[in-house]
Amino acid sequence: MRKGKFGKFGGQFVPEGLMGPLMELEEAYRCLSVQEVFRNDLSAYLSSYAGRETPLTFCANVSRDLGFRLYLKREDLVHGGSHKLNNTLGQALLARHMGKTRLIAETGAGQHGVATAIAGAVLGLSVDVYMGEVDIVRQRLNVFRMELMGARVIPVRSGTRTLKDAINEALRDWVARSADTHYLIGSVVGPHPFPLMVREFQSVIGRETRWQVQEAEGRLPDTLIACVGGGSNAIGLFHEFLQDEVRLIGVEAGGKGIGTGDHGASCCAGSPGVLHGALSYLLQDSDGQICPTHSIAAGLDYPGVGPEHSMLHDMERVEYVPVTDDEVLRAFSYLSKKEGIIPALESAHAIAQAMKMAGTVPRDHVVVVNLSGRGDKDVAQVAGMEGGA
Amino acid sequence: MTRLSDLFRTIGRPVLIGFTVAGDPDYESGIGIAKTIIGAGADILELGVPFTDPVADGPVIQKAHGRALSGGATTDRLFSTVREIRKSSDVPIVLLVYYNIIYRRGVGEFCREAAAAGIDGILAVDLPPEESEEMERHLGQHCIDRISIVTPGTSDERMKMIAGHTSGFLYLTTLLGVTGARERLAKESRELVRRAGKHSDLPLCVGFGISRPEHVREIVSTGAQGVIVGSAIVSRIEGHLDNVAAMNEDIREYVKTLRDAIGN
Ligand SMILES: Cc1ncc(COP(=O)(O)O)c(C=O)c1O
Repeated sequence: MRKGKFGKFGGQFVPEGLMGPLMELEEAYRCLSVQEVFRNDLSAYLSSYAGRETPLTFCANVSRDLGFRLYLKREDLVHGGSHKLNNTLGQALLARHMGKTRLIAETGAGQHGVATAIAGAVLGLSVDVYMGEVDIVRQRLNVFRMELMGARVIPVRSGTRTLKDAINEALRDWVARSADTHYLIGSVVGPHPFPLMVREFQSVIGRETRWQVQEAEGRLPDTLIACVGGGSNAIGLFHEFLQDEVRLIGVEAGGKGIGTGDHGASCCAGSPGVLHGALSYLLQDSDGQICPTHSIAAGLDYPGVGPEHSMLHDMERVEYVPVTDDEVLRAFSYLSKKEGIIPALESAHAIAQAMKMAGTVPRDHVVVVNLSGRGDKDVAQVAGMEGGA
Repeated sequence: MTRLSDLFRTIGRPVLIGFTVAGDPDYESGIGIAKTIIGAGADILELGVPFTDPVADGPVIQKAHGRALSGGATTDRLFSTVREIRKSSDVPIVLLVYYNIIYRRGVGEFCREAAAAGIDGILAVDLPPEESEEMERHLGQHCIDRISIVTPGTSDERMKMIAGHTSGFLYLTTLLGVTGARERLAKESRELVRRAGKHSDLPLCVGFGISRPEHVREIVSTGAQGVIVGSAIVSRIEGHLDNVAAMNEDIREYVKTLRDAIGN
């Protein structure tokens, strides 16, 4: 396999100004990630600060209702409210070792921005977060949280004013300021080494899940389900199981329905192309212009998906399926009522897919859903929609 | 011999390269602006290819991409823009293009159409030599020059490698960052021209941030063979969106002052 490639996908499709910073990062990551001090440092932060390991929760009520055995991997209980901190602590530690003093990040739902703000605060690095104006409105609570922790939130007014354009702005910033700045990307997207590095930081999810299911069920699970924006929580769960006979389902943002064009389902409805430094599945028109996307979940409102997912899609190792905004809203309130757990709208995509499995599998079928984040950030948005409906 | 190498071999003075985004602010006006830039004395026309996500560009050129796309820009229209310009001009035309536009068309097909339309060089902004094997093969097949960028951050070793994958000219950026006019010229440019000259025999053209005649004179004094002006031209489009005649007049006057600053 060529450097930084997943099959034909991935690579480093960036302007020359970014090649230097990427090579510096690649080298630092290669050296540090195998060093005991670095690994010990990271695992100490993950356990005593982030709250790992996270529980694997058996959902008795939902299991009874759906007719199979459902577990939730509780990334919603990671400090900050989502899996994003697994990655930001890793990269922020790396950045500090590299002598960088400033972190920049993009954010859609605000969860990655919050996780970067947390890591920056605790590790003493300054943080600037690029966030689309549209997302600033729909995720106001997270803007406040970031600012409270000392991060500066920079509104992005270009293009679609969502996650995609926030990444563009962060890349532009990084070209000019890589001497003191690390770009802490929030998912398994972007040029090499980001997809590899972020996957390794998130793989802790799958490693824990593996022994936790073994302990609870005495065997491996039958099906794993995770939502896919860029794909970091999904690859974090799936990667440990790629060689096993486990069904893997990645759930994409079906928005108002694939047929309407208003969605964010890059694997389900996209085609290969180059955006943000990598070749991957993209939502684009016949000229290669990137399409506007839509999702009820800001964190999935992105026209691309990571290169490794693109490869797994082509190999048919992972099934990628869309669920619609309406199905997501039903899952959001279903899990809240049945189990007392409010899922993030992103994670509710995975719940919605699990709900569709009712009646299609035997009672002893073991399903693990990655509950990538908690839904507090979405409560105001959903309340507003219900009020308006 | 290509148009580009002919030009640099015979001209006997530094060249002026003028940039605009094809189809900005709309198809017809975009053609007119390109002709104005050429008519006012640009030796090479650099045409930006509209893209939704121009990550190497600052706000002024980003907006130009946006206007062109709203104005109905397509890849077909890009090539017909070039064919229209070719009806009245023989200046070398170089595309500045984000790779997805090429990839989506099919690399071979894009290069074939580009050559047929009369394009002389292609600078794929986000396609480093490491990823460009297929592209180079097709460019070679169609005798299109492959232009590359080096920055003040590019190491000596890398500069040598990049130069080995380049023909036509080497594009030197004055600074680390995105396109956009700057008040003062970064002092790194002189050092960059010196370094690049050590590692390559290609003509060296300097761009990014250049907006004033005194910038042009300063670049010329470094020994560079060309000066590239982009955002400062494009901002004159933005300044006259309601009056195409005034827009062209302003651009003509401006490009003339740049051309005068080059000298003979
Ligand atoms: C809770 C949660 N889940 C999932 C995602 C999507 O990202 P990824 O696909 O990288 O896990 C986000 C992104 O903001 C998120 O906040």
